Amino acid sequence: MFSLDDKKLADDIILKIKKSKVKLKFMHVCGTHQDTLVKNGLDVLFKKCGIEIGQGPGCPVCVTTPKEIEAMLLLAKKGKIVTTFGDMINVPSETDSLHNIRTEGCDVRTVYGIEDAIEIAEKNKDKEVIFMAVGFETTAPTTASVLLKNPPSNFSVFSCHRTIPEALKAIIEMGEIKIDGLIEPGHVSTIIGTKPYEFLSKEYHVPQVVAGFEPIDILMGVWMLVEQIKNKEALVKNEYSRVVHKEGNIKAQKVINEVFKQEDKKWRGFPVIPHSGLTLRSKFNEYDASKKYEDILEEIMYKEFLEPPGCRCGELLRGLVSPHDCPLFGQSCTPETPVGPCMVSIEGSCNIEYKYLQK
Amino acid sequence: MCLAIPGKIIEIDKNNEHATIEYGEGTKRKANITLVEAKTGDYVLVHAGFAIEILNEKEAQETLKLFREILSMEGN
Repeated sequence: MFSLDDKKLADDIILKIKKSKVKLKFMHVCGTHQDTLVKNGLDVLFKKCGIEIGQGPGCPVCVTTPKEIEAMLLLAKKGKIVTTFGDMINVPSETDSLHNIRTEGCDVRTVYGIEDAIEIAEKNKDKEVIFMAVGFETTAPTTASVLLKNPPSNFSVFSCHRTIPEALKAIIEMGEIKIDGLIEPGHVSTIIGTKPYEFLSKEYHVPQVVAGFEPIDILMGVWMLVEQIKNKEALVKNEYSRVVHKEGNIKAQKVINEVFKQEDKKWRGFPVIPHSGLTLRSKFNEYDASKKYEDILEEIMYKEFLEPPGCRCGELLRGLVSPHDCPLFGQSCTPETPVGPCMVSIEGSCNIEYKYLQK
Repeated sequence: MCLAIPGKIIEIDKNNEHATIEYGEGTKRKANITLVEAKTGDYVLVHAGFAIEILNEKEAQETLKLFREILSMEGN
């Protein structure tokens, strides 16, 4: 529909980047960006131009903690119907995966979106149905919209929604990795706009660009970062202006704010990140699985669950290593036998790397 | 998860909450359109069964022109 193929333009951008003779490290936080980078060999091309681009914590399934998965395993084992997105059910946790416990008679179903989960609740009035709501700001308004429409009383949400700007702040403040520029996710930004990133440029002097998902979007986005660095600027530029507006989708923001409040949240591979989680407001307690099943979940409340032995997903999500740095990658950890979430999710760096580069 | 697919609204349901979206090659699927102010014929970006933004065809067509301008502003 909106084809952005223009070889001449792409060549021009590459030439400009090459001529800049830079040595830079950028981070993006989006599986679809990673897919475009690897699929089109842009990661290799940029490396030749002196620019390394790594994926940070930009995979909602990957940053969901083992404890959140264990909570769903527990509720499924207590006879509840657990629904969630496809990739989530295959992530192994310390005790099991949601996919595997189906063999024990547990009812775990994958859905395309939350409205499918509502349909399941309506068709199974005698059962309790839980939707494990995974996703960033792009997905949060879909959960919020449904909760505002009086869903059935046998339906509840286990919110694993997280927000991107707070995670970026955490990664910068942790100071483990040098970040010369940030490529912001196009579809998170569709919802939140460009303003919520501005404090990162102001407080930490990090240049940023919101970018789309065509190869030329990434090329242009990288150029817009290089240009800022050359000019000693640190601004939030918008390459994806055909979709993303400065103010974002206000309607979506309103429903998010009506339903959720921001609370501190643990991310896989990270300590607790202040204000980075979206928790249901108290007026939605009856639909909040973490409150509704508090008595059952108490069993694991103070337990800590281990990451899979040898798995480096945590460091990968902090941008410290690449898939090839993990000894399990492509050996014991493959999409068929994943050890960590970054190999399970189609948005995980390991899964993407394996898909395109495994020879 | 943040994957969003563009499609065209071909029919809006009577309740104004859902619409039939065509994704090309005859693939059609319902999506919730309450997060956007869309009308029949609009192209929307659909994520997890919800339209999250209307695509502006004019802006899309101008994207390449805009890129050229940004590049030329820099000079050689």
